[in-house]
Amino acid sequence: MPEGKPHLKISRSNGVHVVHFADRKILEELSINEIGEELNNLVDSQPGIKLLLNFSSVDHLSSAALGMLITLNKRVTQANGALKLSNINAQIYEVFKITRLNKVFDIHPTAEEALAGF
Amino acid sequence: MNGTDAGQSEPLTEIVVPSKIEATKEPEQQILAQVARCGYSPDAAFAIKLALQEAVTNAIKHGNRNDPSKHLTLRFAVSPEKTVIAVADEGDGFHVEKIPDPTTDENLECPTGRGIMLMRAYMNRVSYNDKGTEVTLVKLNE
Repeated sequence: MPEGKPHLKISRSNGVHVVHFADRKILEELSINEIGEELNNLVDSQPGIKLLLNFSSVDHLSSAALGMLITLNKRVTQANGALKLSNINAQIYEVFKITRLNKVFDIHPTAEEALAGF
Repeated sequence: MNGTDAGQSEPLTEIVVPSKIEATKEPEQQILAQVARCGYSPDAAFAIKLALQEAVTNAIKHGNRNDPSKHLTLRFAVSPEKTVIAVADEGDGFHVEKIPDPTTDENLECPTGRGIMLMRAYMNRVSYNDKGTEVTLVKLNE
């Protein structure tokens, strides 16, 4: 676990790990690496994990953050788990569309809809 | 100072900083404050911030290869009509046409290679000098 202020708030809802981001901007490599490490550790400790990333508090996302999410998605799949994303604002969703990553990730408008899909 | 960038008549402000993300924060804030003062939309301001971050990250990581003893040169001009930002590194340069398209099916799940694409998607113009050591971003205030 990296030292300093945690980047993630993780709760449980009906067997799903729900992750909220503490940072509004997920842009810089150092914080992205720390977030990736926290999430990878969570996935490794929970085989078959059901993981929901709630982006309601996030308003900036860089290409490096997209890379971290792709790596996480592969890791979750390898662990026979499921990853869903929710509450992505319009500007960030545009980033997913431009990069065609909306085809890679299971994205839902709200956390409730995402949770219902696990 | 340099007024020779394509279509750029305003003089550019030049700032040289160490090749570290934290050193780019002050010029970034300076640029974004000018963007706000010039009345750009929130979407345009988002686009400029995102593209600038991608350009700076590429220059530090791929250009200067994470060597903090190297420098970045930022040159910029913000007017009510357009924002021009150039980011130069001290690296060996690259050929942008050789960067693979990250949206093809075979590259879709590759975790890298989307920075240039995002810059192109969000800016009106993205160009490189011949050596590939300086990227120039142009955003019109439409």
